[in-house]
Amino acid sequence: MAQIFSYILHKDGALDDTALELAAAAKKIDASANPTAIVVGSGDGLDAVCTKVAASYGEVWKVANEAITYPDAEMIRKVLVNILPAESIVLIAHEHFGMDLAPGLSIKLDSALATDVVAIEGADGATLKLVRQEFGGAVSAHVTCDAAQGAVLTLRPGSFGADESQSAGGTVVDKSSEAGDLTAQRKYLEVVEAEAGDVDITKSEVLVSCGRGIEDEENLEIAFDLAKAMGADVSCSRPIVDAKWLPKARQVGTSGQTVKPKVYMACGISGSFQHMGGIKGNPFIIAINKNPKAPIFQVADVGIVADILEFLPELTEKIEEL
Amino acid sequence: MEILVCVKRVPDTSENEIELNSAGNDIDRDDLVYSVNEWDNYAVEEALQIVDKVGGSVTVVSVGDEETEEVLRREMAMGAEKGLLLSDDAFEEADGRGIATALKAAVDKGNYDLILTGAQADDGAGQVGGMLAAMLDVPFASLVNTIEVDGDKLKVGREIEGGNQEMHEVSLPCVLSIQTGINEPRYVGIRGIRKVASVEIPTMGAGDLGLDVPAAKVKRLDYFLPDMGEGAEMLEGSTEEIIDKLVELLKAKGGLK
Amino acid sequence: MEPALLSPAAFKFFHIPTALFALLIPLVGTGVFVFIMKRRLAPLLKAAPDNRFNRPLARLWRVLKIWLAQWRQPRYRMAGVIHIFIFAGFLVLSIRSTTLVFLGFWPGFTIPGFGGALGHAYNIFKDYAATWVLIACVIAAVRRGIFKPERYAVPKHYGKDHTGEAVFVLALISTLMISESLFEATLAAAQIQELQPAEFVAPGTLAWMFRNMLVDTPIVQLQSMHITAYFIHDLTFFFFLCFLPLGKHFHVITSIFNVYFMRLARGNIKPVKYGVSEAQLDDLESFGVKKFEDFTWKHMLDFYSCADCGRCSDNCPANAVKRPLSPRFISIKGRDYAFANYPLSGADVVKAEDYQLIGDIYSEDEIWSCTTCGACEQECPLGIEYIDKIVDLRRGMVDEGNVPQSLQKPLRALEKRGNPWGKMEKKRGDWVKEIADDVPVKRFEKGESAEVLYFVDSISSFDDRMQSIAQATARILAKAGIDFGILGKLEKDSGNEVRRFGEEMLFQDLKSQNTEAILEAGIKKIVTADPHAFNALRKDYDNLPPVEHISQVICKQIKAGRLSLTGTNGDGKVYTYHDPCYLGRHNQLYDDPRRVLDAIPGLTRVEMLRSGDRSFCCGGGGLMLFYEPEEEQRMGVLRVEMAARAGANVIVTACPFCLVNMEDAIKVAGLEGKMEAVDLCELVASHLAD
Repeated sequence: MAQIFSYILHKDGALDDTALELAAAAKKIDASANPTAIVVGSGDGLDAVCTKVAASYGEVWKVANEAITYPDAEMIRKVLVNILPAESIVLIAHEHFGMDLAPGLSIKLDSALATDVVAIEGADGATLKLVRQEFGGAVSAHVTCDAAQGAVLTLRPGSFGADESQSAGGTVVDKSSEAGDLTAQRKYLEVVEAEAGDVDITKSEVLVSCGRGIEDEENLEIAFDLAKAMGADVSCSRPIVDAKWLPKARQVGTSGQTVKPKVYMACGISGSFQHMGGIKGNPFIIAINKNPKAPIFQVADVGIVADILEFLPELTEKIEEL
Repeated sequence: MEILVCVKRVPDTSENEIELNSAGNDIDRDDLVYSVNEWDNYAVEEALQIVDKVGGSVTVVSVGDEETEEVLRREMAMGAEKGLLLSDDAFEEADGRGIATALKAAVDKGNYDLILTGAQADDGAGQVGGMLAAMLDVPFASLVNTIEVDGDKLKVGREIEGGNQEMHEVSLPCVLSIQTGINEPRYVGIRGIRKVASVEIPTMGAGDLGLDVPAAKVKRLDYFLPDMGEGAEMLEGSTEEIIDKLVELLKAKGGLK
Repeated sequence: MEPALLSPAAFKFFHIPTALFALLIPLVGTGVFVFIMKRRLAPLLKAAPDNRFNRPLARLWRVLKIWLAQWRQPRYRMAGVIHIFIFAGFLVLSIRSTTLVFLGFWPGFTIPGFGGALGHAYNIFKDYAATWVLIACVIAAVRRGIFKPERYAVPKHYGKDHTGEAVFVLALISTLMISESLFEATLAAAQIQELQPAEFVAPGTLAWMFRNMLVDTPIVQLQSMHITAYFIHDLTFFFFLCFLPLGKHFHVITSIFNVYFMRLARGNIKPVKYGVSEAQLDDLESFGVKKFEDFTWKHMLDFYSCADCGRCSDNCPANAVKRPLSPRFISIKGRDYAFANYPLSGADVVKAEDYQLIGDIYSEDEIWSCTTCGACEQECPLGIEYIDKIVDLRRGMVDEGNVPQSLQKPLRALEKRGNPWGKMEKKRGDWVKEIADDVPVKRFEKGESAEVLYFVDSISSFDDRMQSIAQATARILAKAGIDFGILGKLEKDSGNEVRRFGEEMLFQDLKSQNTEAILEAGIKKIVTADPHAFNALRKDYDNLPPVEHISQVICKQIKAGRLSLTGTNGDGKVYTYHDPCYLGRHNQLYDDPRRVLDAIPGLTRVEMLRSGDRSFCCGGGGLMLFYEPEEEQRMGVLRVEMAARAGANVIVTACPFCLVNMEDAIKVAGLEGKMEAVDLCELVASHLAD
């Protein structure tokens, strides 16, 4: 079996959750694999990152380079092309960085590419057996990937349970000198932060969405508290926007935003046609409504008959305790 | 500026209920309706807006069968000057790399300053733009949600997490994959399409492009339904019990960060 | 016998005969007027064609009723009555004013036939007319200047207030009345002093008052007052004539034409271009109104005719919820555009090639805000139309690709799937499954045949809630023993809103698919419970079998004894009927649904203040459900509040879109539990007697 590499995302000295998920995914390809982590960056925090990663990976390749203050995919691609051996299997998290890096990398490595993989069912020789989703998650597909000349896989964050064993006790190998020439025709300038309070719910993965059951503008706080505890964003149905309690940008529905979250918690929303029309991508829908006949229960995955004004604060408390 | 926009014909998720066929190994294609991939449509609109500002022309290209022509016409009705259809049996089994190879050959036959693709497709994998850039050895940026033309350079914004934007300066020529929401695409009705109905759309096969399509390394075997129950599973019991169950579910489904 | 006073035709002013002025003033006045009118006609000559020369008798009838009899005026009691007085006074006094003009240079002039008894009778009548016009003017001026009814206000973004112009014109009219009366009174006073047989002055009139005041005034002064009054009248008269085409009082001249040419049919939409058949549409270079000259000449005449009375906007639901639309300003902005770009002096303004009215004088949101409910047209006392203009402007926007994103998806879905939600065609008839056990519904798609087609349309076919209307309709038809079927997947959206949103070619496509399916089914009659489908099939389709709304069918069946309804058993509820725009205003079906309600024994029914042809739109149907307007409130909420004010706790509608909006509005208004909405069919189905 070819050597498996995981590209580690990190920021300000902290590991991204996907770092351990990729380790788990590597084991799905080959239970006996001893994957290698690649950590690229600069500055003092890099060593600390490598140390943390080493707990979960047999080997950590460190590439320190002053030019890479920001993870710019075009530059990092060059690094990887220079340091990776032939026929490597490279695992990358499928998010904005991975989407920027993986396609070009696969060409430069002359290897296969499978993106947004949600499950790995093992390998048959050099052929990887993968699962992907299509049509906004409406259907899944079994996919084979011929990794004889290597492969680049991007894995959907959250799809692979993190490898928490911390038992690898790996070593850190400094590969900085092999990085090579990093001049690129794309120059990173800056990150422009979104305006405070300006949430794009269409990009949110978890939504706490409130409807008329919230009853009063002041009660919105309950939803925001819960969202904060969950790491979610708050969206709403049309009546809330009509009442001007929340801006239009937060409205889910055919007349509002079309959202594609993973988890949608509908709080006090009856679930009108128009509202449900704004929810795509087959999210896991939790419906909380005091009316047991609310239509939302027909489309939700999980239903709870309760008054959100009482239920949500208790839920928030519980989550905060975790 | 000469801009090439790569577009794809897909079953539109917003107008289809994607279901499995009776054999359970493919989606039910009997009642599917197709349209241009939503992301690609934004890319075409963006190209048209750039041309409106700095001059030039827009060409739309697609890899597909004869029916793909309909999609090219729709995009031409928006204002793209030329269309190009890459069609060959050899492309049918192609994976992302194969499609990118065909597109690269088409790009080589033209003289484009900027190549746009959609960031992804409903039935795709978000691969082609980045692959094409690497094959052409030109810079690439994905998930682009702003483009400003500044001489022979572009200032582009990439959509990253939390609504933040990663800004880059990119020299031309380059390939950008476009994220939805970058603009408001114009409407094209039946009338618009009929107006361009008689415009010739050249078709090129693998032979015309002088290429060998690489064998697909990634193959889809079948489709299947992810596990889903019917209607909501009602959580019952004391509030405490319900909350415990709910928290477990939230954890399992990625609802807690 | 010497006349008591010299007439203007005989008088000399510093040796100059005043007859000279009396001749000059009309000549110059008429000349200027003709010049102005020529300029005003200039845009109409460049306008799109319009087909308004058909059915002269029907048009004449409109002129008699709406123009001459001022039929629509009293819908606003105070303003209407004042207007009728001024209008009638104008008609009466036009004879006198014309006579006066000639008298200035033609001594003893009388209009043929007015020399004898008729002339004397007329003189009495016109004295009263002048008096009531003056009184009406004073009341009107006080009303506009001091009480300022809200509907005349001009919101800031629409420009300056129009009160000044209104009061100025009232002053001009008053001046005419006073000078005319003074002219007559001075002569009468002099005749009394000279002991000549005096012209009879009707008691209590303005002239009578003046005469009594002037009886002792010396002749010399009376003479100069007589001449002065004449020339004030003459000058004011011609000044007024030339002033009319410069502003909102243009309607004094244009109204008779505007009413003659007003739309005769209701609910229909004008073709893209008159004279271009549906088959030729593909050959048109451009669709709809993009620049001013794309309007038809009648639509331009509308702009000229607007009297700024504000009744359209006062009834406009979009305006009521503060959407950026006020029909009155559609007209006023159009008129101002015509005045500015076809100026009295100088050449016509030539606009750039890519000039668009949208973005200049009209905004996109303004034009998309209209629900095409027709309240404005119902109200306009001058026959000004709005829906066709709005649709034409939308056609222009659609042709330019300028369509709100929220509407693009449903339009695309309509193109691909025949319904705005993009649901699968084969599921269109699935609502039947739930009632299949006890209600047989035939399916033409499966080769079955029946006498009557039930045309369901999209929302009742696909919306989970509204399917209940389709089921209730089927239940009623079955109960009445009517042999009916549905088209199932062969049915497409009727396209009522597709057309009204300006997507003509898509509408044509839907229409031809439906027409083919309907004719293929070989049915004798079409029944629908959706007023939008009802309207489209009746007004926008051709050569179909007769179309009936379900309320008509129920009415007939009850009458014929084939349906009978059980009572409410004192349910303690108070019902009110909300007229759907496309059933009421656009199709004049006001009574049948009410008769059906009244056929339910024991049902208590009240009327809302705004009912019948003044019904208030629920918020709009079809594609309006997808459009996201800027508004401060929802129309439905206002409507539900109206129902509550009428003392009702059940709103009965006869339209699925009304029901969607009402049920939503009840929640938004916080009236859940206190107010409910139900469709007429649902109500009837629940009261079907065995």
